Amino acid sequence: MAALRSSSRLVNSLRGAVSPVWKRGFASVDPISSFSEATSKSAPVVPESKTSTIKEPAPEKDSKIKTFHIYRWNPDEPTQKPRMQSYTLDLNKTGPMMLDALIRIKNEVDPTLTFRRSCREGICGSCAMNIDGVNTLACLCRIPTDTKTASRIYPLPHTYVVKDLVPDLTQFYKQYRSIKPYLQRKTPPADGREYRQSKAERKKLDGLYECILCACCSTSCPSYWWNSEEYLGPAVLLQSYRWIADSRDEKKAERQDALNNSMSLYRCHTILNCSRTCPKGLNPALAIAEIKKSMAFT
Amino acid sequence: MPRLSGLQRDVLSLYRQCLRAAAKKPAKTQQNFKMFARNEFREHISLNKKDFATIEFLLRKGHRQLEIYADPGITNISK
Repeated sequence: MAALRSSSRLVNSLRGAVSPVWKRGFASVDPISSFSEATSKSAPVVPESKTSTIKEPAPEKDSKIKTFHIYRWNPDEPTQKPRMQSYTLDLNKTGPMMLDALIRIKNEVDPTLTFRRSCREGICGSCAMNIDGVNTLACLCRIPTDTKTASRIYPLPHTYVVKDLVPDLTQFYKQYRSIKPYLQRKTPPADGREYRQSKAERKKLDGLYECILCACCSTSCPSYWWNSEEYLGPAVLLQSYRWIADSRDEKKAERQDALNNSMSLYRCHTILNCSRTCPKGLNPALAIAEIKKSMAFT
Repeated sequence: MPRLSGLQRDVLSLYRQCLRAAAKKPAKTQQNFKMFARNEFREHISLNKKDFATIEFLLRKGHRQLEIYADPGITNISK
């Protein structure tokens, strides 16, 4: 009986999903067809003769037209100056996130628009860009629903631009490599199996291992803008602390030694732009402070 | 010869580095590398010398290309 009730609830919930008028679809995906694909044969679909027809909202009546100003620059025409290109989209037909808007522009308006994206859920860090003056991931940034003001989208500040919204992160990755982001140890584990950690030791890595290296924090740091050659920047220092704090790592002293100069670490002047901007809600400034503290007391 | 600006010296230095890298290639194909570098510079010879942003971009691109083509695994080049 219980199983029957739950299945009937399922059918009800499906009917409930069919009837209301779709206010907002996903980028370039027809909501009706995606819905029929999502249902299985075991849950029969109500035929179209028994449901209301969903009409595309009339553009002049209900549309929410929003303007996007997007930074454009093409390396194939190097003598052309970078320019701001404006696009208008109806927010009712666009997904809720900035990335949805960008994908919709690329699919339906201007296929030459270039940007990186991959997971569209804030786990890959590809779509880091400067939106309305804040470094963030386009996939985690809601489109402001206020249609009177336009949104401005730039690549990450103080990076060389490869094309349009794609920044050149070579330097950033080079610095990441320089901190040796892997477990370094010589001695084998006691029981010959795994490197064990206590719960307390594991807890130290929370708030560090979640970093996806999107470079939002580093490129928001004024100190990194002026000294990006030598100062490692908040993202890389957070990763450095992740390995310093790891109980299984045996090269803690060497790692600290490598940071012990005037540039690598001590160019952090606790401006805290990094913690403010981090799209994952991490706190690189705290990690940097912990490194400084651990170096002061050794 | 007039005194060169820093940017102009950077361009000349990149060109010299290209020729030096070409000299390290096998004798048979050295000329190809030299001509390639030469053509790449020729392509932008008409650039306004005050167009700093473009020149700096092309310099960065040139350095990147040089780094790739200087690899000893690359023995010949053609365009």
